[in-house]
Amino acid sequence: MSNQVKLAVSPHIHSGNSTRRIMLDVLIALLPTTIAGAIIFGWKSLIIIAACVASCVGFEALFNLITKRRQTVGDLSAAVTGLLLALNLPVVEQNLGITIFQCVIGSLFAIIVVKFLFGGIGCNVVNPAIAARVFMLIAFGSMAKVGLPVVVDTVSSATPLSVETAEQLPSIMDLFLGLRGGAIGEVCVLALLIGFVYLLVRKVITWHIPVVFIGTVFVASLFMEGFDVMMALTMTLSGGLFLGAIFMATDYVTSPSTAWGKIIFAFGAGMITFLIRYFGTYPEGVSFAILLMNILNPYIDSWTRHKILVAGGKKA
Amino acid sequence: MAISLRGVQVPHRKHTKDTPVEYMTEVKSVTIPMSMHIGKPARPCVKVGDPVCVGTKIGEADGAVSSPVYSSVSGKVTKIKDFLLSNGSSCAAVVIESDGEMTPDPALTAPAVSSREQLLDAIRESGVVGLGGAGFPTHVKFNVDPSKVEYLIINGAECEPYVTSDSYTMENRSEDMAYALRAISAHYGIKNVIIGIEANKKKAIDCMKQLGEQVKDCCNFTVKVLPTQYPQGGEKVLVYKAIGRMIPVGKLPIDVGCIVINCTTLAAIGSYLQTGMPLVNKCVTVDGATVKKPGIVIVPIGTSIQDVFDYCGGLTAQPAKLIYGGPMMGITVPNAEAPIMKNTNAILALSEKEAKLPETTACIRCGKCTNTCPFGLAPAEILRAYDKKDAEALDKLLVNGCMECGCCSFVCPANRPLVQTNKLAKIFLREEKAKEESKS
Repeated sequence: MSNQVKLAVSPHIHSGNSTRRIMLDVLIALLPTTIAGAIIFGWKSLIIIAACVASCVGFEALFNLITKRRQTVGDLSAAVTGLLLALNLPVVEQNLGITIFQCVIGSLFAIIVVKFLFGGIGCNVVNPAIAARVFMLIAFGSMAKVGLPVVVDTVSSATPLSVETAEQLPSIMDLFLGLRGGAIGEVCVLALLIGFVYLLVRKVITWHIPVVFIGTVFVASLFMEGFDVMMALTMTLSGGLFLGAIFMATDYVTSPSTAWGKIIFAFGAGMITFLIRYFGTYPEGVSFAILLMNILNPYIDSWTRHKILVAGGKKA
Repeated sequence: MAISLRGVQVPHRKHTKDTPVEYMTEVKSVTIPMSMHIGKPARPCVKVGDPVCVGTKIGEADGAVSSPVYSSVSGKVTKIKDFLLSNGSSCAAVVIESDGEMTPDPALTAPAVSSREQLLDAIRESGVVGLGGAGFPTHVKFNVDPSKVEYLIINGAECEPYVTSDSYTMENRSEDMAYALRAISAHYGIKNVIIGIEANKKKAIDCMKQLGEQVKDCCNFTVKVLPTQYPQGGEKVLVYKAIGRMIPVGKLPIDVGCIVINCTTLAAIGSYLQTGMPLVNKCVTVDGATVKKPGIVIVPIGTSIQDVFDYCGGLTAQPAKLIYGGPMMGITVPNAEAPIMKNTNAILALSEKEAKLPETTACIRCGKCTNTCPFGLAPAEILRAYDKKDAEALDKLLVNGCMECGCCSFVCPANRPLVQTNKLAKIFLREEKAKEESKS
């Protein structure tokens, strides 16, 4: 037996956690909002989800194959990107073939341009799903429209962020349940919160980014709305804030590691969202806010490293 | 305490914690290396053919940081050979054929200790070194100005999975510990003694509380119950938890006013002071899925781990890894010929399944490494700096502050070689600094 034992440097045991497990947890956490989206926006949303997930995974597999890299689709990160991209898209009235085509192009942008041209998983500067979402918003006019629910017909026409009068606003309960216009995965706040709790329990993410991000938007809106709590709440529950804050801004690669870093990052994202919503030309600013903070992330990360406790008098 | 130090939850796997201890006395031969401690190897002071008894000195301490070595069996020296140590260097090892009698050396008597110098001599002569695993000669720790020592901190954390030998000490050797405490407190004037034990070791905590009552006359003995979280037994972590002082990088416990000693080390000193029998055997946890009857065994130092496994019913399957110590910081052994050393507290024969590690993939910057490092180091950053061979960055990231506990590698979802790289980076940094110095 002497010659067959392995020699290695400690540790000799491992927690068992893996990238695949983390990505699987994110997929599980996205399940409630995916189901809610399918119910609220109908079967077409499932086509969009299938198109995005399949093409993201497909492009990753293809890229690895062509460039002779180790196959990485098994880590499920491409599936997460695909699902997140789809959940950020609206179901709009247009030829389904065109919609699928747009999804494939968006996925190509996410996986090839944003992820792999920067070095693959762990090396992308910005969140691939968000970058692709913004790309599609700019490239395809139809993707800038607001998807309308199929389950109810009395809901106000547009997303609450672009309505002109207070009478058009949906109720807080409608907003919470997702009975309003918007992207597939962003409307049902209840489902998103279930996913948030799951991610917290599984220790995939911490509370810092979602709570500070959403909290910042709420407080800033409260000031703008003259301390009208209901209006501030309406602003907070609208648009893609919960989806962005819980699932997009918490992407490991493009957000800071430490608690303080996360708080600064989320505060910045919240403020930019607020500024775009109230003073910008776009009705919604969550995607842009996250994208901008992604770019600042390396700086925030290096400013907010943990204090090294054994540093003593030596400057760490 | 201001900051709660981070760490990880490791599986405990203390299968052997309630097994009765067994004494292994029938050993055919032992191979005793002259280097079972940090510092200069001892110098063999016996020749081939010399008769020896249990406790006969076979190696003389060589220099200030060294420790004497004693025979663990009675019999005859048959060979003095070269021995390859796990760090790649080599030293002499004395091979002794046992006569099966285990006759103690008749010359051994309890040392007379009536002054601090005599106590220090006794600790040196006992052959005791850091038995928790580090193997640092204990007398060197005690060779300090007593006015600087405010606290004696005893390490009973035993935070490594599998290992139970310190629990055995705390539960069964409190008399030895008390004896040593009395001597140390009398000659060093140390009044405050704190023992740190992880909360899951209820029985040990109770025993140590009783010990506290016993030694009330000489010192103020407190049991500090530590959270059950790896690595509470890390020296700096333990000191911080016990007295709220952090030992900075490059400094020793004495610089913050304390001496840290493992509970088994303390008991070994007590035993020597009472009987004069130096450190000749070692209580080890024998575990791992391939061991037929895992247990706690008191083994003559120098016994091959194969003999110990055989004593425990043998191995049921080919082990994937043989380890000295626990699985978080233990050292793998190339074959079962390797002997039990002074600082061996466990030997593990892990099965393929136990030793299986996930494959290494790309870093996803999850931050789990830096968020679990008890000292707040940034292992992923260190790895990147090491890959670039950037000595300046490594110095800035304070890689030398790493205690190599392995939390970072344990939690890494990509199973990056983080602590492994820290070790390499420390060596690299040392070499770079030496180069710089030789230039200027």
